[in-house]
Amino acid sequence: MQHSDTIASYSLRLGDSSLILAQRLCEWCGHAPELEIDLALANIGLDLLGQGRHLLSYAAQRLGQGDEDTLAFGRDERQYSNLLLVEQPNGDFSDTLVRQYLIDAWHVPLYERLIHSRDETLAAIAARAIKEVRYHLRFSRGWMIRLGNGTELSHAKMQQALDELWRFSGELFQADQLESELAEQGVAVDSRTLYAPWRQEVEQGLRDAGLHEPGETGYRAGGRAGLHSEHLGPLLAEMQYLQRSHPGLSW
Amino acid sequence: MNLTLTPPQTREVWKLLSTIRDPEIPVLTITDLGMVRSVRHSEHGWRIGFTPTYSGCPATEMLMAEIRTVMESRGYGPVEVNVQLHPAWTTDWMSPDARRRLREYGISPPEGHSCHALMPERVSCPRCGSVQTQLISEFGSTACKALWRCESCREPFDYFKCI
Repeated sequence: MQHSDTIASYSLRLGDSSLILAQRLCEWCGHAPELEIDLALANIGLDLLGQGRHLLSYAAQRLGQGDEDTLAFGRDERQYSNLLLVEQPNGDFSDTLVRQYLIDAWHVPLYERLIHSRDETLAAIAARAIKEVRYHLRFSRGWMIRLGNGTELSHAKMQQALDELWRFSGELFQADQLESELAEQGVAVDSRTLYAPWRQEVEQGLRDAGLHEPGETGYRAGGRAGLHSEHLGPLLAEMQYLQRSHPGLSW
Repeated sequence: MNLTLTPPQTREVWKLLSTIRDPEIPVLTITDLGMVRSVRHSEHGWRIGFTPTYSGCPATEMLMAEIRTVMESRGYGPVEVNVQLHPAWTTDWMSPDARRRLREYGISPPEGHSCHALMPERVSCPRCGSVQTQLISEFGSTACKALWRCESCREPFDYFKCI
């Protein structure tokens, strides 16, 4: 959804991706294959939730109405502007890991550049976030390598997850007019500039993991404009249930 | 020229804030961690600049409420706590004394400076001091810690990540 305040819209789209991925990761809580992974996924989810909260709060502040909660719990699917990749279901551990790796490899160059934003708040949020997403990448890359080079079964599952999720990677590097204009003003990061560093990381990562890159595919996009896959609706239904049923309820 | 003098109570307020403990690591206080960035006084009351550690640290709101409660109960009111995101919090702000207490408590303190390597090759065991240790997981019981294992005394331990 586009607001008259374009910086608010930009903050919201970054925040939505963090929030939705955090919600996905917290579905693992208590179900991960081992305790350490359970803790790691919950911690990564918590970092992303924190980043999402800062970004949503900033958007609300600029819009002059509501707050992080009304934005998180009061918007419908069509008003969410997250990337399609982050809303994809957890699947099994390989799907979650590949999804995480593809987004971590994007978050790192994104925040490395957003630190230099002329918008002080976005720059400050990025300066905090970069330290966190570098750890996320360390974790997801480590598991890509371990499972890619693991057993025949783990290798096959990782390759399958990669083949399945690859079609959502194209959207990471599309810049619409809003983003291009803000990038020209030195506020936003033009997503197209993220392709080269992402590509470098992923090529190396896949090589180390013994996985092969899926070929060109029919890339899916639309998240920025609120056109989502069928998976976002049920996620929001669960996440928003309490506030929808009992508006304004607090602990 | 307007000359603003720091009121004598400022030092008392800093002392008071240095008694507020981190709920996850009770051996450290919020001033040990460098989370309190500024203490200012004006005709409208006290303003505290506060920098959260991790973006998603669940203790942030609790600590901000605690600052208000502790100060107001001692008559320093009204209190406004402002979140200060810039510059981003870093373990470089942790005092040497805090690092020592952290180690005594059983958590290996952050090694080196945050500009450098993400995770050091060797972290020393807070129990036996051995450097024959191994990383188990980048993420420990809280966002700020990683889980390590000592090969000498065979005990697992937390390492406070240098960030």
